Amino acid sequence: MKTLNEFFDLLKNQFGEAVIELKQDIDPYIIVSADIMDKLVEFIKVNDDFKFDFCTCVSGVDDANGTKSKDENGNDVITGGTLSVFYHFRRLFDDAKLIFRVQVPRENPKVKSIANIYRAADWHEREAYDMFGIIFENHPYLRRILMPYDWEGHPLRKDYQNPEFYQGIKISYN
Amino acid sequence: MGLLDKEFNDGSFILTSTEQLLNWARLSSLWQMTFGLACCAIEMMAASASHYDFDRFGVIPRPSPRQADLLIVSGTCTLKMALRVKRVYEQMPEPKYVISMGSCANSGGPYWKHGYHVLKGIDRVIPVDVYVPGCPPRPEALLEGLLKLQDKIRKETLVKKEYENA
Repeated sequence: MKTLNEFFDLLKNQFGEAVIELKQDIDPYIIVSADIMDKLVEFIKVNDDFKFDFCTCVSGVDDANGTKSKDENGNDVITGGTLSVFYHFRRLFDDAKLIFRVQVPRENPKVKSIANIYRAADWHEREAYDMFGIIFENHPYLRRILMPYDWEGHPLRKDYQNPEFYQGIKISYN
Repeated sequence: MGLLDKEFNDGSFILTSTEQLLNWARLSSLWQMTFGLACCAIEMMAASASHYDFDRFGVIPRPSPRQADLLIVSGTCTLKMALRVKRVYEQMPEPKYVISMGSCANSGGPYWKHGYHVLKGIDRVIPVDVYVPGCPPRPEALLEGLLKLQDKIRKETLVKKEYENA
């Protein structure tokens, strides 16, 4: 079984600058560029050194690292900074784990979809779109999965403000 | 005075009032819309099962709102679901009754402040007859709620009372 450093070097040889950094954390992860995500995932699925056949999870994160300010109603507004997508892959024969992180600008969050490579990622990407507004390009049918289709805004963003009414129903308790 | 005013010796006559007869018929066969939303639905199912036996009060689960008299909103109602609940209620024929079961259906429950997706009380979309508190309420509590609803139906009248016009 290869170590994570060896995996990183193999990916670096294949994709060059687009594979950015190996970050040491509780679960170490590899930061990659957003526009090669589909090619990279195709590669780790079919390449003999990798053979990661199981997409465990795709999840969005609001990094909230932009400049924070207040609007006229005193609500938090975040401009700039990034949103992240984390990808968790495993392979069943030796249970190796590989984690990728993609950072995209908050104002234009676009990532290449991997739903056509791993069908498991389909609903995960729809959830990340629903909750964070991350656009997955080439997704077969990117629409909200949990919130109503006519909902406005993306609830898990740190500067999200709940609307007052939904379809004439008052939302807040008071 | 109960339902029966007088029973004749040969058993072939019963005298009663139309109102009492109608009320008795309604409260004794409250057919329930099969409609579970969350964990309260498990308690509702337990209430329907043999141990607590909702059936002895005439509560039978029906698969269609068009055949139901009673809607038990059992559990957390999201805003997305609220529109569906309203539609189910509108599909039920009159007379229809609603029991709001559990804290979530009553007032939003634990989601009352930070739940961006939860309806803060089912009475914001449909009228409620009986609220059953609890998280979730035990089957006994739901039975109590049903008995309260039956008491309410027992007092219904066809005649509009004077003070109601005021």
